[in-house]
Amino acid sequence: MKLDTNARYRKSHEWVRKDGAQYVVGISDHAQESLGDIVFVELPAVGKAFKQGDAFAVVESVKAASDVYLPMSGTILAVNDALEGAPDLINREPYAGGWLVKFEASNPAEWDGLLDASAYEAEASKE
Amino acid sequence: MAPFAGYDMPISYPSGSVEEHKLCRRSVGLFDIDHMGQVEVSGPGADAFVSGLVTAPVLDMADNDARYSLLLSGDGLVLDDLFIYRLPGKWWIVVNASNRHVDVAWMKKHAPASGVKIDDLSDSVYMIAVQGPNACRLMDLASGGKVSPMTRFTSAELALTFGGRSVKALVGRTGYTGEDGVELFFPAADAEAVWQGLLDLAASHGIEAGPVGLGARDSLRFEAGMPLHGHEISPSINPVEAGFKWACDFSKDFVGKAAVEAVAAAGPSRKLVGLEVTGGVPREGYVVLGPDGKESGVCVAGMFCPSVGKYAANAFVSPEHAKTGTVLKVLIRDKEKDAVVVKRPLYVPVYRRQA
Repeated sequence: MKLDTNARYRKSHEWVRKDGAQYVVGISDHAQESLGDIVFVELPAVGKAFKQGDAFAVVESVKAASDVYLPMSGTILAVNDALEGAPDLINREPYAGGWLVKFEASNPAEWDGLLDASAYEAEASKE
Repeated sequence: MAPFAGYDMPISYPSGSVEEHKLCRRSVGLFDIDHMGQVEVSGPGADAFVSGLVTAPVLDMADNDARYSLLLSGDGLVLDDLFIYRLPGKWWIVVNASNRHVDVAWMKKHAPASGVKIDDLSDSVYMIAVQGPNACRLMDLASGGKVSPMTRFTSAELALTFGGRSVKALVGRTGYTGEDGVELFFPAADAEAVWQGLLDLAASHGIEAGPVGLGARDSLRFEAGMPLHGHEISPSINPVEAGFKWACDFSKDFVGKAAVEAVAAAGPSRKLVGLEVTGGVPREGYVVLGPDGKESGVCVAGMFCPSVGKYAANAFVSPEHAKTGTVLKVLIRDKEKDAVVVKRPLYVPVYRRQA
């Protein structure tokens, strides 16, 4: 599985990365591979606030619909509009063009409790 | 891989369902469909027996013709859909994997005491489909040019040659994708030789070809408006509401005829429609709401359609909501999404297009 070593991860296969003062979030390469071809993405409204672990988006593959959980508490600043016409960006570039949302963290300390790349890799390979 | 009717079936190969779907529409897809069942019916009473068993007219078929039909229960519900081949001196009936034993038992129950022989040959016969705009060209390479001249919905016994090895196969100019192509029946022992032989032949002649799994088999048939047992047809669905009156020959007798005629006379209580949906992927089991906000029906299949680039469902809805252009809603994760009744099929099969 491909990993972004600058990102932190949740066991439920989301990654989060610092992007200046903001955070950007997506799903891992391992997740996109298990889901298969992604054909639809439902994203939240900008300005909406979520707590850590809340379902904030839905990714639909050929096989099934899956909730995506926000790794840290925060308020949505931007969503990736490119996914509307090209949801398969998540399959092709899970850590780059396939990002889901950017958010402002309401509790930046939550970062420290997330898995780093090698810890996530160990978790994900147990599946 | 996933278990299906006792077989271990590939949902998709490494390229993924969407790409496999597009490959079949663009060039050639290979389908490993040995799970399908094959039943041979022969004997002096076979013609009358088959005619009385299935909904479609069969006695007008010439030798080597192939035709779609339904198999109904006594109360006019759909036990299975079939492809029937009339071969010299016998009938060759292709049934769905999950219904094989039910179908064979049903056939034996309705067979006369003598004069009809029913043989389930599913275990010794292998089935592979070769589908797509270049499928017949590929099959010509294996058969010495014998496939392209065949008419749609006919069959032939052909010798296929792969690297010096010859395999005798029944070749039907039939399929389940909306593309041109063939379905092959041959001894199970030759399965690997035929599968690999077709891939090698395609590669050496610059024809793009690859395997297609069950996921893309479903989206291909869905776009082309073909039913899948357990979804658009099932033992709780009658042919009238599913739009299959055309497959019933009311000028002859067949099992379930009286019940179907009664439904047709009274009018069906629900109708199968195609829905184009915006704002999500409709899936089996999702509720359809009428313009009044009340439940109108339920989706029996739904997905992203790669060739038309749309999210669509097949749903049974109240007859008053079945007209093309009717605006309905589909409940996706408890949210109402816009849906409009569209003409089926979304993708017109090549053999139904005007020249």
